[in-house]
Parts: sequence; structure tokens; C-alpha cells
Amino acid sequence: MIHTQNLSKTYGAATVLNIENLEIPKGQCFGLVGNNGAGKTTFFSLLLDLIEPTTGQIINNGVQVNTSEDWKPFTSAFIDESFLIGYLTPEEYFYFIGELRGQNKADVDALIGSFEDFFHGEILNQKKYLRDLSKGNQKKAGIVASFIGKPEVVILDEPFANLDPTTQIRLKGILKNLAANQNTTVLVSSHDLSHVTEVCERIVVLNKGEVVKDIKTSAATLKELEVFFAGGDFPEAVAVLEEE
Amino acid sequence: MFKHFLNLQWKSFFRSASFKTNLAIKILMGFGVLYFVVAFAFLGVGAYFLIKEAGYEDPLLFVNKYLIYYIAGDLFFRYLMQKMPVTNIKPLLYLPFKKSQVVHYSLGKTVVSFFNWTHAFFFLPFSIVLLVQGYNPLGVIAWHFALFALIYCSNFINVLVNNKDSVFYPIAALVIGLGVCQYFNLFDITEYTASIFNAFYTISWTALVPIALLVGLYYAAFNYFKSNMYLDGGLQTKHTVAKSENLEWLDRFGNMGTFLKNDIKLIKRNKRPRTVVIMSGLFLFYGLLFGSGAIEVYDGPIWQIFGAIFVTGGFLFTFGQYVPSWDSSYYQLMMSQNIKYRDYIRSKWYLIVIATLISTVLASFYLFFGINAYLAILVGAVYNIGFNSHIVLLGGAYVKSPVDLTSNKKAFGDKQAFNMKTMLLSLPKLLLPMLIFAAGYYTISDTAGYIFVALAGILGFAFRNRVFTQIEKIYKKEKYKTIHAYKQKA
Repeated sequence: MIHTQNLSKTYGAATVLNIENLEIPKGQCFGLVGNNGAGKTTFFSLLLDLIEPTTGQIINNGVQVNTSEDWKPFTSAFIDESFLIGYLTPEEYFYFIGELRGQNKADVDALIGSFEDFFHGEILNQKKYLRDLSKGNQKKAGIVASFIGKPEVVILDEPFANLDPTTQIRLKGILKNLAANQNTTVLVSSHDLSHVTEVCERIVVLNKGEVVKDIKTSAATLKELEVFFAGGDFPEAVAVLEEE
Repeated sequence: MFKHFLNLQWKSFFRSASFKTNLAIKILMGFGVLYFVVAFAFLGVGAYFLIKEAGYEDPLLFVNKYLIYYIAGDLFFRYLMQKMPVTNIKPLLYLPFKKSQVVHYSLGKTVVSFFNWTHAFFFLPFSIVLLVQGYNPLGVIAWHFALFALIYCSNFINVLVNNKDSVFYPIAALVIGLGVCQYFNLFDITEYTASIFNAFYTISWTALVPIALLVGLYYAAFNYFKSNMYLDGGLQTKHTVAKSENLEWLDRFGNMGTFLKNDIKLIKRNKRPRTVVIMSGLFLFYGLLFGSGAIEVYDGPIWQIFGAIFVTGGFLFTFGQYVPSWDSSYYQLMMSQNIKYRDYIRSKWYLIVIATLISTVLASFYLFFGINAYLAILVGAVYNIGFNSHIVLLGGAYVKSPVDLTSNKKAFGDKQAFNMKTMLLSLPKLLLPMLIFAAGYYTISDTAGYIFVALAGILGFAFRNRVFTQIEKIYKKEKYKTIHAYKQKA
């Protein structure tokens, strides 16, 4: 579904992303983890043609992302608040996205109806604009909007951050179901290792822009990741902490 | 303590995003400021002699007569523009400052605001001229201080009534009504107010009244702020009750309708675009200055077309100038959603065209000035739709300053939006039609001039698809830079 070849992004002398080859098959639930500055958001932004690759390209379902716009109909994303239109109510926002994706009101109503649990009564009919919702509720609205119109690729940057525990658990269920039953390719990044290991069948670890681990999730994955992030890369820091 | 505040202020000023423009623009801005300072100072010095020349016995009396409108205008302007000092209070709340100090500091900040000290450029030289001309020094000084006290009263009144539209608009209507009454000699408020202002000069101690008023207002503002300094009190950002709107009648425009709906909500629900659109309405009346002899140069034939372009171009010039920056806060969404770039640009074009058509209909009151006046405006509208709308969109590709929708602060021009490319692109909007008109006017007749201008508009309209292809290319080329720029906070 998504082929990444020789992709790199440099700002001045600093290379923030350098991926030689990365294939993400259709229907996979793909997790991306890494510390701050590892290049997760850069990779997602490149996938959405929001920044220009320095070298290489991403081919999404046969469409080269930085030269054609044809990936837009089957790809959707929620990266951050800049994907929300603050002066709309959540309903208006959903209908707006729906119209862009060729869904009529009834389609959208049906879809958001199925997320009633997820919204927990805090999104719909609140008489509030999106800009006035709390961060967590904004995120809920943004995530659900990215499911509108049966996209084949869904990209979510840090979807678990800011969510309350109940919603985190529900989101995990939703994401698993998307990949397993609807054959949707789901790309998720997270700082929370237990969440990604639980949801994603494959986990790629980025460090300073490079792929350092590509793991098929198993029972041992969480431990492996914890060991990696605990010390593998920062032995000095761990040593200092242990001394204290 | 005060030192900390000053230090913060200093940093927030010199590290603000708008200050980090390049050196050339800074120098240009410097010259701009200098120009206004000198112009105001000259006005201050010259006003005395100008008024005298115009045949008024006592310039001070003349100034006093119209001061009420000056002060009302100042208040009006402040209400729309001056930002409240609450914005930076939050991070100070839990630090070991006394609350009263924070409030004094915030109010103090408004005292040194641009809205207060600019008045000095007029009043200071004017007062000095009065002294030189042999007016009673004590009277002049008292008058001067009384006026400044009043200006500062406006400052604190504004702090107190900030964002209370229900207070503001009736008063604004009242003042405008009084002005109209005076113009038609129905009722003259200045007869009453002038004597008050005169009193400051003739009976010096009366100047203590506005000063006392100022002190009172300061403490009122102080108490108001202090008692409201809670996150769920005065520092809370206001939430309006939202109502979902369908605007289904726009669905017939298909994909365009989706965007138009959004743009209408954008204008209705956000302070800044709303102000800009209201201002653009004022352009409708700009034509009244032409042909009426109000300003002499404007009676020249070539200036007529200049006026005609402005009458219907209000929306295009004010709102259009910031396309696509209106969408800056969610530009990433627009760029990654299922939207063709071309459709996006076209929807903005439609918005501009629809607004221009509405202005053209509204401008039909110019028919009172004869069919020719309205025909000129129609020609201007054709040019605006066919030609200027494209130029505006083209300029938009280079506008890279994010717009903060909820704040009015920069509604009257944005330094960053004012770059070389947009400036160059704004020239053809006005100069080109004048040149085209002149070509027809001087070679054949004024009718030919109008026909030429209209033809230019029709040509632009006819080739719009090719023009769009070009514009689309430029937008695509600039896309990444634009996204990057919009990520910076306004």
C-alpha cells in the first residue's frame, strides 16, 4: 500500500529523516515509536505532502505523493489541532469533512452515531465550537473525523495523548477493528509503548531519523521496546540515574 | 519586582514574531513611523495657522468645538483596535507577586500604549504654538493636561467596557446620529461641549475635574480587574454559545458550496474577518468623494475610474488581500483533505466574485448621481471581477502571515503581509485600470476609456481557466513554504 524509497529530509546540515526502504502492506496496523525529534511527525507530514522530501518519495497506493493529488480521496489523517476548524461546531465539522469525501448527511450521521460511546456525550450537541472544547475532546472529534468516508489509509499522530483512560481503551478497540475487519491501513505514532504494542501488529522504531527496529508484535515486544528506550541508546543517562 | 516586569515586556517586544522581519522592512517601517511623526507634528504646528487662515477668529475655540468628535472617534477606534492587557497575566498568577502589583502593571502597560502617546504628536506642538502666540500660559497648560486626562479616561473606559457590544454600538450610533444632526443643522451638540472644553482654558481649575475623573476611572478599572483575576472570572476566554447552521441553500453549488458555507461561517463567527468585511462595506461610499467636489483632484477624469474600482472592490481589497491566510489555522487540513488545489482556489474566487456582485447591487444608489456615475461603477465591477480577482489570488500565493481569527489587533494591515511581491502585485489593481482608461480617454473619448477598462475585465474573465492553471502552479510551488509559515503563531 505504502512504499517509501530513499526518503530523506534535511534542514540545513541536519538530517531529520532518512528511510531507505519501508513497505506498509494494506490492512496493516502500523505503529511508529521514537523519542522527541525522532522524525515521526516528519514522516507523517511527508506522507501527507505537507513538507517536501529532500530526496526520495513515498508511493501511496500507486500514487506518488509529492507529485500527484490523487492520494487524497483514500487517505485521511489527524495530526494536530491544525486539522480542526475552530469556529465550527463538531457536527458542522463532520458534515464538512463528509461533503469533501462525498458522503451525505445521513452517511455522516450514521458514522458518528456509531461513535456515541467514544464521544462519551461530550462532543455532540454541546453548543460549543471546536475551539472551545478541551484538548482531549478536540482530539476525539479529530480522530473520528478521520474515519469519515471509508478511507483506505488513516494516519494518526499521537492519538492517545490527552485522552482519558476510558477513551484510550475504546480507541484501541476501534483501531484494531479498523485494520482487522475493514482492511484499512492504520498508521499510528505514540510515546506510550504499551498502547502501540497492544494495538499494532508491527512496530517501527525511529531514532534520529533512522529506522532502528522493525518488529512484528509479539508477547515479548513491549519488554524489548522498554529495554531499548531505557538504555540501549542512552547508557550514560541511565548510569547517572542509577547512581542517584 | 518592577524590574522583572520591564524585562518581560522588553523581551516580548523584541522577540515577537512580527519584529523578526528582515532589515529592509524594518528600515521601511522606521521611515513610515518617522513620516507619521513628522506629519502629525506639522499638523500640530500648522493646524493653528491653517484654521486661522480659513477665517476662524480663534483656532482654540475651533478645536474645542470639534473635540467631542475627536474624543468619540478615538474611543471608537480604541474599542475596535486596542487589545486588553489580560493576555499575559496568566503565567504571572501563581508567581510570588502581589495581585495588585500585577494589576498595576497590566494597567500601566495600557498607559504607554500607542493609542495614547500618538495624540501627543498633535496636542503638544499645538499647545506650544498657543503659548508662542501669546495665549494665557496657565490656561493652555490646564487645557493641555485636561485633554490628556480625557484621552487617558478613554483608555480606562475602554478597559472597562471592553467587548461589551451592547454598550458600544448604541453609543456609536448616538454619536454618528449627533454628527448627522449637526451636519443638517438640526441639533448642535458642540455648542454645549465646546463650552466645557473652553472652560479648561478660561477657568484653569476646572482642568482638575477630568484629572479627578481619570483617577476615579483608574481605580474603577483597578478594582474591576483585581476582583476578576481568576481563571474562571475575567481571565476566562469568552465562549459563545454555538449554534449549528446548515446553510443548505448553498448545496446547489456542489463542491463550491461546501467551501462557501465554510467561508460564510468564518466571517460570521470570527472577530477579525467580521471587522474586515464591515470595513469593506465602507468602501461603497468612497465614490461620494468623487465628482462631488469634496476633494479637488478627485474630479479629474482619470480619478473617476479609480473611485469606481474602489466602490465595488471593498471586499476584494480588504478580505481578498488575506486569501488564503484566513484558513491559516487549519491550512494543513485543507492541504491534506480530499480537495483539489484548483477547487480550493476557485472557491475563493467565487467568494470574491459574489461579494463584488453584491457590492455592485448595493452601489445602485449612485444612480441618484446620474446613470453615468453608475455605469462607471459597473465598469469598475467588471474589471474587479475579470481582472482584479485573479490578481488578488495571485498575491495570495505570497501572503505568508498567519491570521489570528479571534483578534482584531492587526485588522488594519499586517507588516508581514506587506512584502515586496504583494506590494508589486497590488499596483495593477489600481494603476492599470487608470492607465487603460487614460489610453482611451486621451486618444478617443471618455466613453472609449470606460469601454477599454471593461474589455480588459471581460478578457480576464474569458481566459480565467488558463489564468487559474497558472495561479494553481504558483500556489503549488509556494505550498510548502506557506504551510511552514502558517505553523508559526501569529
